[in-house]
Amino acid sequence: MSSASVDLRTTYLGLALHSPIVASASPLTGNVATARRLSDAGVGAIVLPSLFEEEIVAEELRISTALDAGAFQQPEASSYFPAMPVVPTVAEHYVQNLARVKAAVDVPVIASLNATSPGSWSRYAALLAAAGADALELNIYRVVTDPALDAAAVELAELELVRDVCRRARLPVAVKLSPYYSALANFAGSIVGAGAAGMVLFNRFYQPDLDLEELEVVPRLELSSQFELRLPLRWLAILRPQLPSSVSLAASSGVHGAEDVAKALAVGADVVMTTSELLHSGPEEVRSLEEDLRRWLYEHEYTSVSELRGSVSRVAAEDGEAFERANYMQTLRSWAVTG
Amino acid sequence: MNSSRNICVDGNEAVARVAYALSEVIALYPITPSSPMGEHADDWAAANRPNLWGGVPDIIEMQSEAGAAGALHGALQKGALATTFTASQGLLLMVPNMFKIAGELLPAVIHVAARSVATHALSIFGDHSDVMAVRSTGWAMLCSSSVQEAQDLALVAHAATLTSRVPFLHFFDGFRTSHEVSTVTPLDDDVIASMVDDEALIDFRSRSMSPDHPDVRGTAQNPDVFFQGREAANSYHLAVPGIVAEAMSAFERRTGRHYGVVEYVGAPDAERVVVLMGSGCGPVEEVVESLTAAGERVGLLKVRLFRPFPASQLVEALPPSVRAVAVLDRTKEPGSVGEPLYIDVRTAIDEAMDADELPFVTAPRVIGGRYGLSSKEFTPAMAKAVFDELAKQRPKNHFTIGINDDVTHTSLDWDKSFRLARPEGEFQAVFFGLGADGTVGANKNSVKIISDTTGAHAQGYFVYDSKKSGSITISHLRFGRRPVRSTYLVTEADFVACHQFGLLERVKVLDLAKPHATFLLNSPYPLEETWQRLPAGAREQIIAKQIDFFVVDAHKIASNADLGTRINTVMQVCFFALTGVMPTEQAISEIKSAVEHTYGRRGRTVVERNFAAIDAALEGLVRVEPLEFSPVPEAVGADGAGALTISQRVAGASDFVRNVTAVLMADEGDSLPVSALPVDGRFPSGTTRYEKRAIATEIPVWDPSICTDCGKCAMVCPHTAIRMKVFSPDALEGAPEGFLSKAFRSKDLSGHLLTIQVAPDDCTGCGLCVEVCPAKSKTEVKHKSINMEPVLEHRAQERERFGFFSNIAELDRELLPHDSVKGAAVLEPLFEYSGACAGCGETPYVRLLSQLFGDRLLVANATGCSSIYGGNLPTTPWGYNAEGRGPAWANSLFEDNAEFGLGIRLGLEAQKRAATSLLRSLSAEVGPALVSSVLDATQEDEAAISAQRGRVADLKKQLSRLVANQGGSGGNGTGDIARMAAHLLVLADYLVDKSVWIVGGDGWAYDIGFGGLDHVLASGRNVNILVLDTEVYSNTGGQASKATPRAAVARFAASGKGTPKKDLGMIAQSYGNVYVAQVAIGANDIQTVKALLEANAHPGPSLVIAYSTCIAHGIDMSQSMNHQKDAVRSGYWPLYRFRPTEAEQGQPFTLDSREPSMPVGEFIGSEVRFAALARAHPDHAKELADLLQKDVDERWHYYQQLAGVQRTVVHEGPPGGGEAGTNGKGSDGEVPSEKES
Repeated sequence: MSSASVDLRTTYLGLALHSPIVASASPLTGNVATARRLSDAGVGAIVLPSLFEEEIVAEELRISTALDAGAFQQPEASSYFPAMPVVPTVAEHYVQNLARVKAAVDVPVIASLNATSPGSWSRYAALLAAAGADALELNIYRVVTDPALDAAAVELAELELVRDVCRRARLPVAVKLSPYYSALANFAGSIVGAGAAGMVLFNRFYQPDLDLEELEVVPRLELSSQFELRLPLRWLAILRPQLPSSVSLAASSGVHGAEDVAKALAVGADVVMTTSELLHSGPEEVRSLEEDLRRWLYEHEYTSVSELRGSVSRVAAEDGEAFERANYMQTLRSWAVTG
Repeated sequence: MNSSRNICVDGNEAVARVAYALSEVIALYPITPSSPMGEHADDWAAANRPNLWGGVPDIIEMQSEAGAAGALHGALQKGALATTFTASQGLLLMVPNMFKIAGELLPAVIHVAARSVATHALSIFGDHSDVMAVRSTGWAMLCSSSVQEAQDLALVAHAATLTSRVPFLHFFDGFRTSHEVSTVTPLDDDVIASMVDDEALIDFRSRSMSPDHPDVRGTAQNPDVFFQGREAANSYHLAVPGIVAEAMSAFERRTGRHYGVVEYVGAPDAERVVVLMGSGCGPVEEVVESLTAAGERVGLLKVRLFRPFPASQLVEALPPSVRAVAVLDRTKEPGSVGEPLYIDVRTAIDEAMDADELPFVTAPRVIGGRYGLSSKEFTPAMAKAVFDELAKQRPKNHFTIGINDDVTHTSLDWDKSFRLARPEGEFQAVFFGLGADGTVGANKNSVKIISDTTGAHAQGYFVYDSKKSGSITISHLRFGRRPVRSTYLVTEADFVACHQFGLLERVKVLDLAKPHATFLLNSPYPLEETWQRLPAGAREQIIAKQIDFFVVDAHKIASNADLGTRINTVMQVCFFALTGVMPTEQAISEIKSAVEHTYGRRGRTVVERNFAAIDAALEGLVRVEPLEFSPVPEAVGADGAGALTISQRVAGASDFVRNVTAVLMADEGDSLPVSALPVDGRFPSGTTRYEKRAIATEIPVWDPSICTDCGKCAMVCPHTAIRMKVFSPDALEGAPEGFLSKAFRSKDLSGHLLTIQVAPDDCTGCGLCVEVCPAKSKTEVKHKSINMEPVLEHRAQERERFGFFSNIAELDRELLPHDSVKGAAVLEPLFEYSGACAGCGETPYVRLLSQLFGDRLLVANATGCSSIYGGNLPTTPWGYNAEGRGPAWANSLFEDNAEFGLGIRLGLEAQKRAATSLLRSLSAEVGPALVSSVLDATQEDEAAISAQRGRVADLKKQLSRLVANQGGSGGNGTGDIARMAAHLLVLADYLVDKSVWIVGGDGWAYDIGFGGLDHVLASGRNVNILVLDTEVYSNTGGQASKATPRAAVARFAASGKGTPKKDLGMIAQSYGNVYVAQVAIGANDIQTVKALLEANAHPGPSLVIAYSTCIAHGIDMSQSMNHQKDAVRSGYWPLYRFRPTEAEQGQPFTLDSREPSMPVGEFIGSEVRFAALARAHPDHAKELADLLQKDVDERWHYYQQLAGVQRTVVHEGPPGGGEAGTNGKGSDGEVPSEKES
């Protein structure tokens, strides 16, 4: 018996994965060559970068407006660009790329849609299914700034979106949520009711920075830090016992080492998604993550991932209330010790 | 023929289809109105469309038409089937090779969209002056008079040239035929193939140059044989009319369409016949039909083959009964006994009579006349006047028709009310729109839908004004059961649409409506308010003509569908619904499929939004019952302030402006008589200020409380609509209430005030000023010191403020530092309110030039955007100051601008030498002290120039006295002194230094004018060259130039330009003594200011290459300064100055931009010219983008090394003793900061 014998197999969205470590959306997963390296390194599944609804719409409009600019405005120029060949749209490129990645890897490929509301674009869900996606991740990303819009209306619209996508995609759909819901436990249940096969906890909001010199908002992307795992850990632990066991849960954000993976599995994740670590250390990092995970499991006398999974969630935990209260006192104490 | 397979195309496309099918090599150069032929060919080649033999023609854009002709010649000598397309000056540049090609009996066709040759003015419009200028080259000349003919005779030309070996020039009228969209029966490939003489093709190939059977061509010959050699090919030319006739017969057998080398229509016993060629045949034929139906004996002889002139065929075709012939030429040949067609027809008839062939009952009287120059309308009324003239006892010869010549009295009168009955079932419509609203595109599409779907014959013709922003378009549509021959504008429309409410005040749209016509108006107002806001004239016409009046709020519908201002599909649906030309449901479905066709390739969003607008269009369409709103109240105008009337705008202007310019602005230039026009093409400066076009929907409004006086808003304003003035507080006396000003921050001008004022009627609303404003409110960051606000709320107030502002005196130029942005921005601009595109990247440089040197500036301007916004009538932005001084501007040609500018410099120096010599000769009379002070003046800065102007003014006073006192006394030398004084009086101003600038775009500098530019750079003369580098031919629609960067898409580089941009600056630097700067005003404005000052100060040639954003880049033009910043940040456009120095250890090259801090990919990703390729061919785009990054890295590395290189100018100074320029305060040579504050 050695760590090599530890069984890493898991199930996610009904898909049998040989490892719980999933490469979440990043430039690595969108590129055929690096996707293949991820697959070769043993990753359990690959989530493609998101197809952004806003991106599609904005690019189409921008190009169209630019091509029309100056057309038939003065006698010497009918327009300012050569005839555009019939070119694939952003979505078609995405579909083509999905097919290429799918052909290059031998693990499940999960397509990803980023959208905010039901709309005609949801045809892409069907397109992605047709192109060979094994599952779909629906990233609900929205900053609601309209003061006239109340929380209930927002949630209703989002549920409608989930329902619409699930119906059209005819694929298992995981919904990637933000942690900022007033009643997340309730909403998670509704999402399942709307047809979702799983949930990814959580997406990271793009938070632009402010340039104080220019007083301008500037885009600034920071990779996740290990600290960020705490929030998903907590909610996985809470939601795991509340949701049917058939509902898949994925941990995302702040997974940097095998111990992070183990923690997420322990609180009930079926898979653990990582991006930052892979971007930082390369696709081959999957291999060492898995080796480390095996070693950890072996050293802690687990023979499989399924054994560990959910062992520390609310029901399994000795003190079920601890996670719900966020163990406020303990946190303060640890501060006192380290500080 | 089966009309269901008809197509709807314009003349250019119809011709290009044939030429493409029959060519292996197509060498091109863009020129209006022929450019679309080459563009079609390029598009088809990019899509791998095969020619008749299954190959894809090799399409190559050359550096000029001369280059295209050279490449054509070479391809022909090598036995390839080759063609080109051109017009006007382009054709003239081909002349040397045309002589060669014809002399060598090489079969070829040049298709010409015939256009005026520039004379007293450039004109892009149509006449035969270009083709007539090449009639001696030996090419056969075949003329088409309609779109159908242009297609058919293109084939005849290609067929006949192979058989005859004589090259063919196939021409048709620029715009009228080249740009008219018309229903045409297309040619099947098998028809085209069957017209090609295979034996002749094999012969042609076997004659080609080959080392396998070598020979020598292009020899030099001596007096012994040249002449005989020239006559040796006679039989080939003599055979051409027969060959063309045979080709036309063959064509008729295959298609049923009959053509003759000449063709007569009309009464068989006609006594009066008009002879002409081209699109003018249309109205003449209509009149002949009408008159013969009424029993008149008239006829028309169409000439199709002009060279070799088919004299005998022409005489035979005329009815023997003919008594009077009028030959109409669409060209003018000053000094000749008559225009070319007239002379030829007259000679043919005379020769026939001389030969005693007695073809006519009596010798016909032959007169000649000119018509239609530069697309001047030629109508049935004018044709009728010519027939009427022929009926007179003594008809006028050498007449003109279509104008009022009140000077030499050549013109015939015509009855302007004369109208022909329109053909049964014909429908005529006119649409008034703005360039930006998509009206023309939608109408082209409607013509096509009607033609394709209903089987009707349709015609569309489109008229534009000469502005690139806020331009008005008028679409003229006809459709009916018969082919439309009416090659003139619609004057009695069944349907009139006005797509923009504001146009009602600028154009009398209902003048073109016939009684009971339908009028569709896009109105943002409720029904009753719409009626009240209509100009009174429009309301009266609606009632008087009993017009069926409908309104729709198309902007609201388009906006609800997220289409912004693109109202075209909404208006199109309403048009179909109101006219009933086809069932509305069917029309909607056709419009949708057209939308799908046009936008489908761009993605679903645009398609779906258009569908939404189309579906909602009819909801808002309402009939207005005018009588409901009677009695007619006073009109309140389109907005509270209303647009200014023309007479308000020109009040107080010169007689010329009021009597001529104002008429042109009112679009009534056709009514001006000959006497109103300058005899030599000179026009007054500073006339755009009378335009007051009021086209902006939002204008910038100043908040002085947070202004930092930086001047950036005024510095980037493309239309000089943001004005800055610094003045002493007493200037505010009488200021309107609320007039804004603030304390001007300046050490030297303490106590002065600053006002930044928008010219509300001249602003285009591009928003650049707001974008560059660095002053943000502390309490609300998005509020800047200048902010866009709705024009309707601010126009009246800003108008009043601007009126007061305009009368505040300009600050003395000497008080301002010129080498700072803040200082330069306050200098009076002498270039204002051009018609350039909103957000134009070129005009800020041009305006800055006028600020720095305007009162002593001479500009040679290459043809292109800058010559169009700079000098296209009715007005010019080049102005003058309170002393009457301002830039003297001229455009010669496209290709010769550097040489032209050098010539101006040489002329200036000659005048200065003459003035100096005269001054010395008059030393005793004007005083040696004044003479030496004038001649020794340094003129190194504004103060010195001002002092010199003072001395010259003193001198001129003395000279005037000398002329007055001694003039006319004669003898004893006093007369000589008076004469010398008189001569010096007109030359004395050249003792004050002038600044000569040669301005043009990259098409000129990098391509067509490069040879001359290079020579001027090498001349060592003191000229300054400003290249407005948009990296593409902007004026003619985005064709690639050698300035186009690698990886960008442009016309003739549809799959991305594969080669890097030419480094013009480095070429210039190789001379060592040329000042060179590369600038980008949006990235580093102070570097731009310094570069212009240094270039001017440099005593030899200077070259400033200015990055100019353009709509051809595919960017949001309100962000164009940010694109400039990114261009520099990414290293795509490094800023540098190369300052030749005579110091021994000089390091002349200075990099003024920082090391690239962003990847080029990030910059190019934001511009559609690059991004379009990434979508179409992602792998290829990536490959090119990587190469572009390498280009940029390599160039940066190279420039960095150059920045340390020592180089010493060994040159002694410019030949010819050119004066040193003046640079104000000059430059300290330090690298200007990218963030001047």
